[in-house]
Amino acid sequence: MIKDLLVILISSSLVSNVVLSQFLGICPFLGVSKKVETAKGMGFAVIFVITIASAVTGLIYQFIMVPLGIEYLQTIVFILVIAALVQFIEMFLKKYMVSLYNALGIYLPLITTNCAVLGVALTNVQKEYGILEGVVNGFATSVGFTISIIILASLREKMEYNDIPESFRGMPQVMITAGLMAIAFCGFSGLI
Amino acid sequence: MELKENTPIERLYNGILKENPTFVIVLGMCPTLAVTTSATNGLGMGLSTTVVLALSNLFISALRKIIPDKVRIPAFIVVIASFVTMTELLLKAFIPALYAALGLYIPLIVVNCIILGRAEAYASKFGLIPSLFDGIGMGLGFTMALTILGAIREIFGAGSIFGVHIMPAAYTPIGILIMPPGAFLVLACLTAIQNKIKIEGEKRGKDMSKIQSGCSSDCASCGTAASCARPEKEGVSA
Repeated sequence: MIKDLLVILISSSLVSNVVLSQFLGICPFLGVSKKVETAKGMGFAVIFVITIASAVTGLIYQFIMVPLGIEYLQTIVFILVIAALVQFIEMFLKKYMVSLYNALGIYLPLITTNCAVLGVALTNVQKEYGILEGVVNGFATSVGFTISIIILASLREKMEYNDIPESFRGMPQVMITAGLMAIAFCGFSGLI
Repeated sequence: MELKENTPIERLYNGILKENPTFVIVLGMCPTLAVTTSATNGLGMGLSTTVVLALSNLFISALRKIIPDKVRIPAFIVVIASFVTMTELLLKAFIPALYAALGLYIPLIVVNCIILGRAEAYASKFGLIPSLFDGIGMGLGFTMALTILGAIREIFGAGSIFGVHIMPAAYTPIGILIMPPGAFLVLACLTAIQNKIKIEGEKRGKDMSKIQSGCSSDCASCGTAASCARPEKEGVSA
């Protein structure tokens, strides 16, 4: 049991990294990675939301959708649940955990459109994970996201004043950096 | 080329060239990078998205007077998610090979910014026929971009196109291009070429402001930001 969870943890966070090998959540990965500080905020907000979202969607799938035989509606149900959940988390934090809200608040609305959240919920169903495995998978996936966005942001801060050809400035430069990171992450594929 | 606004032909031209969703307004990056390992996959993903886009545009345009303004975004999402589910089930039943190749990215069409963006920016304001053709045009523009990207990666990465071997036997395929890192590298080069064209154009005094070069800051700055972010929030605060 513990061994299985450990395998999920390592494979979801490093081996099949959510951004660099599955291409989920590219928008925030490229968009919010200008500064390490904001990248950290975004990363932790994503960990928070995806972990909760995978627990909630897992529960809804197992205890409501499977008994009713409506598994084929998963896409519709999950996207609405996630949208409502993010809104709910935002209101809850604003009311009860102000310091956390101040740290993560501005990133929360952006997360609804992060396809990694829906991606994790659907992967959990596809791989037939139980609730606990689903939560571990969600946590590991979002940790993988956080690791890669922080690395990218650190690299971008260092590259800011580099002299590179005019047409490669901006997005092309960031994507080449991401490509090189993806090559490096390919090295993890022997782990499992 | 001057065309009358909002006619079917003008909409097709607009979606495929003038406001091409991938190259010009840079939306829907996730599927663009993920499924373009071959021209066939790019084409399949593009056409699936086109079907969803055309049908959801048609329905949202038909319902635009019934849907209350405050809950429009959740309503759009439900319409889009329904068509995505239908497309997914049809692909699973009739083209299982493509379904297996695209996998998770079929249900993820729901969160593709292009679709919600068009619903918000166009279909919720205009009539049935223009909206349908707007969806088809945008979809074909997206398909074209994905197929080009897929073809480049397949030609150089595997030496073939649409599964047919074309490169000479002496050519050693650059395997990395069809692996995940290749997606970033090829798109980076294409964007750089586009930047080059933009810079040259500006030097000659043309207006190039419409062409954006990638998600420059965050989702808030991308073409249809207002519709893209925070679906349900609108319902509460608007």
